[in-house]
Amino acid sequence: MDLDALASCLTSPACLVTQTTSGLIIGMLLFLVAVGLTLIFGVLKVVNFSHGAFYMFGAYFAMTAYQLTGSFALAILSGAVGTALLGLVFERAFMSRVYGRDVLMQLLVCYAFVLIFDDVVRMIWGPEFKSMGMPAAFQVPPLFIAGGVVPPYYLLLIGVALAAAAVLGLGLARSRIGKVIRAAAHNPGMVSALGINTGLIYGGVFALGGMLAGLAGALAAPVRSLTPGMGFSVLIESFIVTVIGGMGSILGALIGALLIGLIRSFGSLGFPLFTEGLMYLFMVIVLVSRPTGLFGKEVA
Amino acid sequence: MTELQAGQGAQPLEVPRIDARPQRYRDLLVALAAFAVLALLPMVFGSKQLLDFVIRCAAYGLFATSLNLLVGYTGLISFGHGMFFGLGAYGFGLMMQKTGVPIPVAFVATLAMTCVVAVVIGAICVRLKEIYFAFVTLAFQMLIHSTILSWQSLTGGDQGLRGGIPRPPFLGIDLSNHLHLYITSCALLVVGLLLMRQIAQSPFGYTLRMIRDNATRASFIGIDVWRAKLVIFVLAALFAATGGIIMALFVSGAYPEFAYWTISGEGIFINMLGGVTTFLGPMVGTVLLLILNDTVTRITEYHGIVLGIVILFFAVGLRKGLMDFVVEWFAQRRGEGRG
Repeated sequence: MDLDALASCLTSPACLVTQTTSGLIIGMLLFLVAVGLTLIFGVLKVVNFSHGAFYMFGAYFAMTAYQLTGSFALAILSGAVGTALLGLVFERAFMSRVYGRDVLMQLLVCYAFVLIFDDVVRMIWGPEFKSMGMPAAFQVPPLFIAGGVVPPYYLLLIGVALAAAAVLGLGLARSRIGKVIRAAAHNPGMVSALGINTGLIYGGVFALGGMLAGLAGALAAPVRSLTPGMGFSVLIESFIVTVIGGMGSILGALIGALLIGLIRSFGSLGFPLFTEGLMYLFMVIVLVSRPTGLFGKEVA
Repeated sequence: MTELQAGQGAQPLEVPRIDARPQRYRDLLVALAAFAVLALLPMVFGSKQLLDFVIRCAAYGLFATSLNLLVGYTGLISFGHGMFFGLGAYGFGLMMQKTGVPIPVAFVATLAMTCVVAVVIGAICVRLKEIYFAFVTLAFQMLIHSTILSWQSLTGGDQGLRGGIPRPPFLGIDLSNHLHLYITSCALLVVGLLLMRQIAQSPFGYTLRMIRDNATRASFIGIDVWRAKLVIFVLAALFAATGGIIMALFVSGAYPEFAYWTISGEGIFINMLGGVTTFLGPMVGTVLLLILNDTVTRITEYHGIVLGIVILFFAVGLRKGLMDFVVEWFAQRRGEGRG
């Protein structure tokens, strides 16, 4: 434990800014993964245990596209679109067979795909650590806010994630498709009886969830190292986020992700060996005091 | 929980025999016979590889069967059961390396430690609904795994516990001798299975089945569901830890992989492979998975793909385990004989 370091950081504006930004980017990436997880759970009533693989594929797709074209915008786009397509195929071909069945079967199908996807990545891109490198446009000196260091890329990352949150939140609440999705989450039988293709909705929601995770992976590619299996720890953390925020709640996912991000970045100062533990401790406290999560309505 | 009872769908419901005394003698006889066969094995086939295989089967078999107590009997889908396997291996290894107590003392102390951890984690987890339960247990597994990785001074981090585990002889048993280790593992396996069988066939075992089928009804007739679930969670953890101890003795060390989530995934798959409707299903699944693993790793380095496809074949294609088919086949034949 290093409480002095934590205390001195909390009193210095420079350190406060640096740690808060690093907490925010961890949180924003987690939010993008977790919101897909929570959306899929809300509508399809399954927990996509292979969700981390979409994050991984997003990162690898982005890296390959960037190396081929040299365009960062195309890299992000291919990360998002590629994983959306993958999600659609995966849902229609496999996940749609286990809806309403035992949790055991759902977990097994996803477990099988975690193994398969990790090995596919190992086959195509090799087992070693890869890095995409920071795109040229962002290789500029960092900004200094109140003495704290803030790389411009971090601002882009936070901006994109916030924009995604806003589009998603407004889209679900206001648009016609959003209404249909919410109705399908509530009563798929009735929605289907009204002449709406629920299979398409399910596939679309799964693709959307996969796309958000892929977007997170693509955005993370310049600042993280890429390795097969990189998605798994992200999956666990985003699951913790959804437990804290409440399964099925987008606002919950946002708040939960930010809390976890800040706990991680400030926790690594005060409790370097127990950073992960802090996260779990927080989850346990939430679970015991509010089993449905901070914003969850459904009984856990 | 329809899938779990798949094998029983065809046959008429029979009143379970709670007074299981004759059955108990039968179980004991089967256990003694199985132990005799295993003990005589080295005299017939001297191959070290075969004995190694049986030792690994003992470790994983105890782990998988204990998981079936949760998954098959209670309907608690734990996706983090592997943490107790890892805890057993590390607890025992550290105890032997740091303190030098006799092996039986370290064995009991490891189980005691596992019991404490399982009570804490179980108390948090067992009130959660299925999918939450599965993932929160998984999260705890990852916590234990990352603790093992980051607490380098104690656990050796990603290198694992190295330098071998001292195995001083006790009561004339020398576990550094391969044959002694083999016999001890077999004895632990048979005794463990027999104990779990007793739990499954006891009134408490039937309480668990009732909780699986209808927890609300169980709580209405006065069963403390939370307590029953916690008890079986802790008991299953103890057997899983025993499996871990066998593994630690076998490899003379402990590695972070023992506590990684894939162990839990494999455990779940073993149960699926063998079938959760029979007591020995997970044992059959263990043997199958280990053979499969050994063959596949010999052929290709991409062993995840092959394993994944096999899992899909069972989960999406067959939809039940091997022992379920055997049981159904017997039931059908008996039906034909009567008709």
